[in-house]
Amino acid sequence: MIPASFDYSSPKTLSEAISLLQQHGADAKILSGGQSLIPLMKLRMAAPKHVVDINGIDGLAYIKESGGFLTIGALTREADVDASQLVHDRYPLLADTAGVIGDPLVRNLATVAGNLAHADPANDHPATMLALGASVVATGPKGARTIAISDFFTGIFTTTLAPDEILTEIRVPMPQAGSGGAYLKVERKVGDFAAAAVAVQITLDGGSFTSAGIGLTNVGPMPIKATRAEKALVGKPAVESTIVEAARIAAEEADPAEDLRGSVDYKRSLVRVLTARALRLAITRAKGEH
Amino acid sequence: MSSTTPRTSPEVGGMGHSIKRKEDARFLRGQGKFVDDVKLPGMLYLDIVRSPYAHAKITKIDTSKAMAIPGVLAVVTGELLKQYNLHWMPTLMSDTQMVLPVEKVMHQGQEVAAVLATSRYIAADGVQAVEVDYEPLPVVVDPFKALEPGATVLRTDKEGKTDNHIWHWEAGDKAGTEQAFAQAEVTVKQDIYIPRINVASIETCGCVAHFNKTDGKLTVWMTTQAPHAIRTVFALVAGHVGLSEEKIRIISPDIGGGFGGKVPVYPGYVIAVAASVLTGAPVKWIEDRIENLQASSFARDYHITAELAGKKDGTMQALRFKTIADHGYTDAAANPSKFPAGLFHIATGSYDFQHAFMEVDAAYTNKPPGGIAYRCSFRVTEAVHAIERMVDIFAKDIGMDPADLRKKNFIKPDQFPYKSQFGFEYDSGNYIGALDLAMKRIGYDDLRKEQAEKRAKGELMGIGISSFTEIVGAGPSKHYDILGIKMFDSCELRIHPTGKAIARFGTKSQGQGHETTYAQIIAEELGIPAEHIAVEEGDTDTAPYGLGTYASRSTPVAGAAGAMAARKVRDKARKIAAYLLEVAEEDLDWEPGKFFVKGSPSKSKTIQECAFAAYTNNPPGMEPGLEAVNYYDPPNLTYPFGSYICVVDIDKGTGQVKVRRFVAVDDCGNIINPMIVDGQIHGGLAMGLAPALYEEINYDADGNIQGGSLMDYLVPTSMETPSWETDKTCTPSPHHPIGAKGVGESATVGAPPAIANAVVDALWHLGVRHIDIPITPPKVWALLKEKGVAE
Repeated sequence: MIPASFDYSSPKTLSEAISLLQQHGADAKILSGGQSLIPLMKLRMAAPKHVVDINGIDGLAYIKESGGFLTIGALTREADVDASQLVHDRYPLLADTAGVIGDPLVRNLATVAGNLAHADPANDHPATMLALGASVVATGPKGARTIAISDFFTGIFTTTLAPDEILTEIRVPMPQAGSGGAYLKVERKVGDFAAAAVAVQITLDGGSFTSAGIGLTNVGPMPIKATRAEKALVGKPAVESTIVEAARIAAEEADPAEDLRGSVDYKRSLVRVLTARALRLAITRAKGEH
Repeated sequence: MSSTTPRTSPEVGGMGHSIKRKEDARFLRGQGKFVDDVKLPGMLYLDIVRSPYAHAKITKIDTSKAMAIPGVLAVVTGELLKQYNLHWMPTLMSDTQMVLPVEKVMHQGQEVAAVLATSRYIAADGVQAVEVDYEPLPVVVDPFKALEPGATVLRTDKEGKTDNHIWHWEAGDKAGTEQAFAQAEVTVKQDIYIPRINVASIETCGCVAHFNKTDGKLTVWMTTQAPHAIRTVFALVAGHVGLSEEKIRIISPDIGGGFGGKVPVYPGYVIAVAASVLTGAPVKWIEDRIENLQASSFARDYHITAELAGKKDGTMQALRFKTIADHGYTDAAANPSKFPAGLFHIATGSYDFQHAFMEVDAAYTNKPPGGIAYRCSFRVTEAVHAIERMVDIFAKDIGMDPADLRKKNFIKPDQFPYKSQFGFEYDSGNYIGALDLAMKRIGYDDLRKEQAEKRAKGELMGIGISSFTEIVGAGPSKHYDILGIKMFDSCELRIHPTGKAIARFGTKSQGQGHETTYAQIIAEELGIPAEHIAVEEGDTDTAPYGLGTYASRSTPVAGAAGAMAARKVRDKARKIAAYLLEVAEEDLDWEPGKFFVKGSPSKSKTIQECAFAAYTNNPPGMEPGLEAVNYYDPPNLTYPFGSYICVVDIDKGTGQVKVRRFVAVDDCGNIINPMIVDGQIHGGLAMGLAPALYEEINYDADGNIQGGSLMDYLVPTSMETPSWETDKTCTPSPHHPIGAKGVGESATVGAPPAIANAVVDALWHLGVRHIDIPITPPKVWALLKEKGVAE
């Protein structure tokens, strides 16, 4: 529980931070909320030689709608997302997710961007962003580029971010009328990673699904976008038989491993049960009934 | 003595007043002084290299890279300690435990070497740089396999040892019980496993050892529940290296939870003491959370085969337990020495059995030491879980409501004092009263109706009862000792000239609130306001000798000593009052706070006036001063009890169990501070919920610990904990000076079977007879799937 020694910088601007990353390359780690990095360092599972603390950079904490997107800054805390009326009113999936990450103490520091950039398949926001069809902005020496979230994760703890890039913004498409979402998580106790969790975001028109996004948490080596289950919804009426079939397919798309959180069968079953429940909840929300 | 209306005024704050805890002023301000707050000039830091293997020969320990780190001063190894014959130490159960290994390690996380450095950080760097070569040996994890012929013998250090059997213990009437079973109309049998758990107190273990080479005095600030016993153990074990008991001072400062986990002597303490003796510098060792969870002593780990025999009409006749106890690689429990399975033979519980027999066999395995009494008076939790599960199974097999069955078989109020089949003499009880109150509070009959309606709709709801009898306050010197030291406890009470007091006790609070409750006991006896009675414990240079705080013994034993010492003071004060009032002692009456002349209440002397006279105007021929000492040897144990009822709902899709309601009716005899009792019960219930639904320490086939961090060792938080509904009945202990029984452990003991019984009650109609705790969602879901009812 005692970290190895490391150097520490606290840049005041984004360009200063990026040049530090360029200078130290793979030896550097970015510290934002620190809710994953610090525990890993304490256990000496991570021993970065240089920690670049971006918390001193102004202008990176915001939640706002602009240009057809909900934009979330790199230093926006989970607690800020949880407290945002805008998020609760228009992005219930995001509100659900922010409310079940870690515990209140963790959420006071943890950032949404860090939750994504750490790329732990057990983290909650990857599935949420996959369901929402979000994108992220990566800022590096050559400026900013936008990456679709479906192209962002490349493996356990790995992403398409270059070592000298910082994830500076998350962009969630503004929902169309008739949209709703939900995130349901089974955890062993508060603060635990999910045994399984399911994020769904749907749009209804005339009683049928016109779009559907489904993301699965901690049931595979990477966050999973359940594309076959999504396809089983689009164009179909929002009735129980459609829900049950999509849930069945989502469970097939899960690729869980047995661990202390349960057997493969249990986790796969959880994905089926939670997908169906999340869809039912999302439908009520889309209809404005919840 | 009235049990509900306080005899003293709120200003005096004697028994029955919910006065605020004196200790909270510092705790709430972050001003408590815990071991890790001790900082001495020139202090060095110790960190421990631990084994990744559960069983392995150590072929080489290379310390050169560690020693090359600036600030690393020494690496202590078993070979070094062997030069002083300190590489092994005795346990409280007269077994032996390695301080540091010379030949092999016996469990994952075992101490292998210790790095001494000038800072905590450098010590950790040093630990990482020590290179140890291991040669893995066959691992024995399962205690049943450990006891099979031909099993790998683990304790090769014990000359002539040819198996892994530690001891066999039995109690009760074997022949009579066998006959009762042979003739019984109904018998039920169930294997019940009580899993290994860790107390996970918020403060881990640690110490600061300071050996002063000039005067030869060793002072150790230590996280210990029993400082006096530790001092004596140190004197006995390390006498050969010059540690003499008058030169050993153990200070147990503020302690952040003990729960039995801070009774044993851990290798880290001994290494720190050795390092300080060798260097003459103060040495601090503080466990981190993972070390605490993986290598401190464990609780429970009992494999019980329980059988119950009775009649179809619901009369329970005979009880039989056969148990395998997994003690890890050494028996380092802290039971009274005559009782290697503790007070497990309280197993007949609240019921009037005609016959009972039990046997326990203890086994060595490649695990850390097990068997400490986790918030439970020596194996009572294991016993209560088994009997309360068996009563439910028996009730359901004969088609009787479990509440009715309990009432039919309870020991009745007029049967006390009651001699149990295992030889205990229960002091007092009103079991039907507690169960009736619990049923009324929860609305039992309505819940059964709701359950039937829900079941018809396919919903799973269960109601579970636990009517436990605790046994605490060890104990009478005839039967109870630790390493030969009788389990008395003590109080030294001194009244100052202005009528204020200081009282010192042989126990040690770890959060129980002794500074408040002991003061209230003395306030009750003398009428001196509790706020003017300072209470001290935990420093062996100042406090009287006592066996410490565990097994709910503080109030039953040391609390009694406090009352008795106060009565001695009062006796002397009476003589002084008689002298001052110029009457005979017999002419005086007492009410809390003053003596007055019979029939003439205006002629009186307060206790404060008597105290002042003791120093300024003492009667001729009487020694000046006003103080007393009492070493209390209890005539019997005390038997708190209660009835808990729990309602659960089960999610058929996820297997999650939700505790919807939990009513706890406790009876701990006369109550000193109702607020503190409520707090004890709330905390105890949470610690009972924990093993019922969440906590467990498992090992894989290679002896790798599963759940060895708070990531996977699921200590429930307020989010998992239901809103407890508490109530109480009051049946005073007839033999205790203030009629109190102790309450610290009742809820931890009583809660798990109520929850387990509720879950099984929800599933019984599907053919589920038993589920071992912890009842986790995957376990429940697998059963739901097997029975074809999973969503």
